Amino acid sequence: MSAPTAGHYTATGLDSRKIAIWAFIGSECMLFVSLISTYLIYKGRSVVGPYPHEVWVSPSGEHFKPILNIPVTSASTFVLLMSSLFMVLALAAVQNKDLPKRTRGDRILGSSKLWLWATAAAGTTFLGFQAFEFTSFVHEGLTIRTNLFGSSFFTLTGFHGAHVTAGVIWLLTLLAIDYRRGLGPKDALNVDIAALYWHFVDVVWIAIFTLVYLIK
Amino acid sequence: MDNHTAHSDSAPLDVAHAEETHHPGWSVYWKVALILGLITVAEVWGYYVPSFVASRAFVPSLLAMSAVKFAIVVSFYMHLRYDHKLFRALFTGPLFIAASTLIALLFLFGQLVARFGPAR
Amino acid sequence: MATTAVPAHAAHINEHAFDEQSGIWGWLTTVDHKRIGVLYLFTALAFFIIGGLEAEIIRLQLQGPNGHIVSAELYNQLFTMHGTTMIFLAVMPLSAAFFNFLIPLQIGARDVAFPRLNAFSYWVYVFGGIFITLPILFNVAPNGGWFGYAPLTTKLFAPGLNIDFWVIGLQILGVSSLAAAFNFITTIINLRAPGMSLMRMPMFTWMSFIVQFMLILAFPVITIALVFLLLDRFFGTQFYETAAGADPLLWQHLFWIFGHPEVYILILPAFGLVSEVLPTFSRKPLFGYPVMVYSGMLIGVLGFGVWAHHMFAVGLGPIGDSVFSLVTMLIAIPTGVKIFNWIATMVQGQLRFTTSMMFGIGLIALFTIGGISGVMHSSPPADLQQTDTYFIVAHIHYVLFGGSIMGIFAGIYLYFPKITGRLMDEKLGKIHFWINFVGMNLTFFPMHFSGMLGMPRRIYTYDSGQGWDTFNLMSSIGAYILAVATLIFAYNFLKSRKRGEIAGSNPWGAGTLEWTIPSPPPEYNFAVLPTVTSRYPLWEGDERDAESARINSQEGKTAEDLHIVMPYNTIKPAIVAGGLVIMFSGLIFAKALIFLGAALMVTSLYSWLLSPLEPEHH
Repeated sequence: MSAPTAGHYTATGLDSRKIAIWAFIGSECMLFVSLISTYLIYKGRSVVGPYPHEVWVSPSGEHFKPILNIPVTSASTFVLLMSSLFMVLALAAVQNKDLPKRTRGDRILGSSKLWLWATAAAGTTFLGFQAFEFTSFVHEGLTIRTNLFGSSFFTLTGFHGAHVTAGVIWLLTLLAIDYRRGLGPKDALNVDIAALYWHFVDVVWIAIFTLVYLIK
Repeated sequence: MDNHTAHSDSAPLDVAHAEETHHPGWSVYWKVALILGLITVAEVWGYYVPSFVASRAFVPSLLAMSAVKFAIVVSFYMHLRYDHKLFRALFTGPLFIAASTLIALLFLFGQLVARFGPAR
Repeated sequence: MATTAVPAHAAHINEHAFDEQSGIWGWLTTVDHKRIGVLYLFTALAFFIIGGLEAEIIRLQLQGPNGHIVSAELYNQLFTMHGTTMIFLAVMPLSAAFFNFLIPLQIGARDVAFPRLNAFSYWVYVFGGIFITLPILFNVAPNGGWFGYAPLTTKLFAPGLNIDFWVIGLQILGVSSLAAAFNFITTIINLRAPGMSLMRMPMFTWMSFIVQFMLILAFPVITIALVFLLLDRFFGTQFYETAAGADPLLWQHLFWIFGHPEVYILILPAFGLVSEVLPTFSRKPLFGYPVMVYSGMLIGVLGFGVWAHHMFAVGLGPIGDSVFSLVTMLIAIPTGVKIFNWIATMVQGQLRFTTSMMFGIGLIALFTIGGISGVMHSSPPADLQQTDTYFIVAHIHYVLFGGSIMGIFAGIYLYFPKITGRLMDEKLGKIHFWINFVGMNLTFFPMHFSGMLGMPRRIYTYDSGQGWDTFNLMSSIGAYILAVATLIFAYNFLKSRKRGEIAGSNPWGAGTLEWTIPSPPPEYNFAVLPTVTSRYPLWEGDERDAESARINSQEGKTAEDLHIVMPYNTIKPAIVAGGLVIMFSGLIFAKALIFLGAALMVTSLYSWLLSPLEPEHH
């Protein structure tokens, strides 16, 4: 089969793009570990408040409560987790585009547009929560310049948010293609790659939620 | 970096079909989502139980729950369980180095002792 | 995304385009890994000369006591840019030139996995290199050392633009290395020819494979350290602000988590090249091939566990000191194993002392010296005496000049005929080798002594009467000799490219796949994908190897004759790279440029991703 006219031969039978995205994800592990390490190293080292989990009274007598908002973040965490469910359903819908849809359930599960929209919407909701969180922190007196906690917190979660934003743009691009010509099994790999990226961003949030928000 | 040798004779040219891996479906996916949701509920619940927060089990159990969620998403939603072992190597190798680096850094900056030591 | 309909005559257009590739437009739009490799080679050699000139001025200043040719401020810029240039703009891209040119040829592929991404990596490198190099002409070059220790590089201590150029420049160069690394990992995993199992891959490809993994794991860390510094400098964060409670060691740790793997990123490709040179000129397969592979892997993994040995002087405590000291001693073992394997490769071989071979043997000898002085400062008490003295300067130049550069020269002399179709002049080559060898040792060996006598690194001038004068004079004379050697090399290189002897497909009688095809190779590399049955198909392969080699050595066929589908040329990767660099430079020059660059980058990126790579297969 190694005739010159043949298509591109691969040694593993795997698509190159998928190998590349996994290598990319491996690399991203190191990126987020650098950010998370810095956050944890600087935990408890800020010389002024506000602090994540402790009350702080400023020298001028101002009273600051612990700044992290666990109920709100729990909600946004849940939304992001669900977006991963929507994403796998979107991928399954694209992979099974050609299968016959007998029941109403089949048709709902088989709608790639529905699940791509759902994923993008969940991602956007997460970003909305983050925007709310950031602005309320600023109102409460914590900016990226206030203290070490502010610098490392905003940079870590901001980097994550930027990744979610890139993911949403990616999903919207896939949706545009879906509306233009329909996504089918031959596009499954493109969707799979986007999905892998999306889930990885979710997985990073799982770590951040525990390490930053829950552990005091 | 495992010793994955080339399939020297059968050249799988149609990549889309060679790629076909066994993906689980809706029946698995919703259960996974449910488990993830339940663990998250347990995590947040634990955060609001002062006696649990004060106990030595707090940090390790939160880390364990987080690790379980991490592993579930990676193996089911990122379908690493069902996929080519090459992808597993590409992910776990870097993850191992990243995790070791994190632990070493926390140790060097004296943060690990503080985390796992007696509850303050 | 094969939405765009491709006209039936597209293959013909592409073929026609290749004829026109000789012009500047052809070079700007090329996605051919060999041409990109050549671009890397020329650009990196140019930066090698610039970095060398910076070193010459440094040596001129230190030639005698109380030299005042340049000011202290300019001296800081010179040693910073010498290190930065040599590491990021010369040695890494010289390795990249070989990754590009050789990896697809060695594994029997027609190109890399992502040809356009490959072009992108190159253009980011060139633009980033220019961005970080030009400021020295305006006296605002980076001046904080190649390691840029924060908090010294924060706005408080370094208010000028100098460090801004450094932070942003390195950030840009990191993008180039990362993109290339993903590309080569995928290429090596996926584009190996039938039968080219991992354990049959040529050793250069193996070492490159390991290096790519080190790149994708090390560069994110420096990226984040630089992001912190960038935020501190431009947006007032406090990552390195000790008054706010920041730890002054944070930068050092993050930097060396990157910086130590970086050392192996610089040396392993040279090890790979020498592992091709020695078997070729000993007419013997590489001794202990599997051990070479595993020791390379071990170096790759352990390389991430030794970073703090650059920081013994800060006082890590007994546990930190012991662990990092032990792992550092441990990593010398796989490195030593390689040395012995090379020596064993030569034993009882039919040795031919070509220029390439001499540089290869030179590497073994000089790297061993550098390696041994490295083990010396793996011991914290010894290191405390040596750190920040010229002893360390001697050590790094024995491993990076004696190791990396000698290996790269060995590689250039070996592969020049494959790249250009012509041989380099052997006589001039040997003169180059000997002058280089003498100059190198005269420059760097005395630094062991000046260092042991207490001469600190990075001082711009010194008083006489401290016993350093003679050693510094020797080093400076050595440096001038090195300049002569480099001129001879440049002359030989340029002359041989036009007038060298015609090489033929396998001038050295080497055994690996790249020597089965014409020199220079046709755009498609292999007329048929070779079937590989051994590590040295030309030496020990069976009739299938011989048949592939027979077909592939034929010259004169075009891709169209053979119905091989090749990628289109495209300018888009270069535009995306331009947008990226404009975006980053906006931080210094004008905020508007950030948005302009980002818009240019995103639109051309979409245009790139939505256009087909190549004509559709029939």
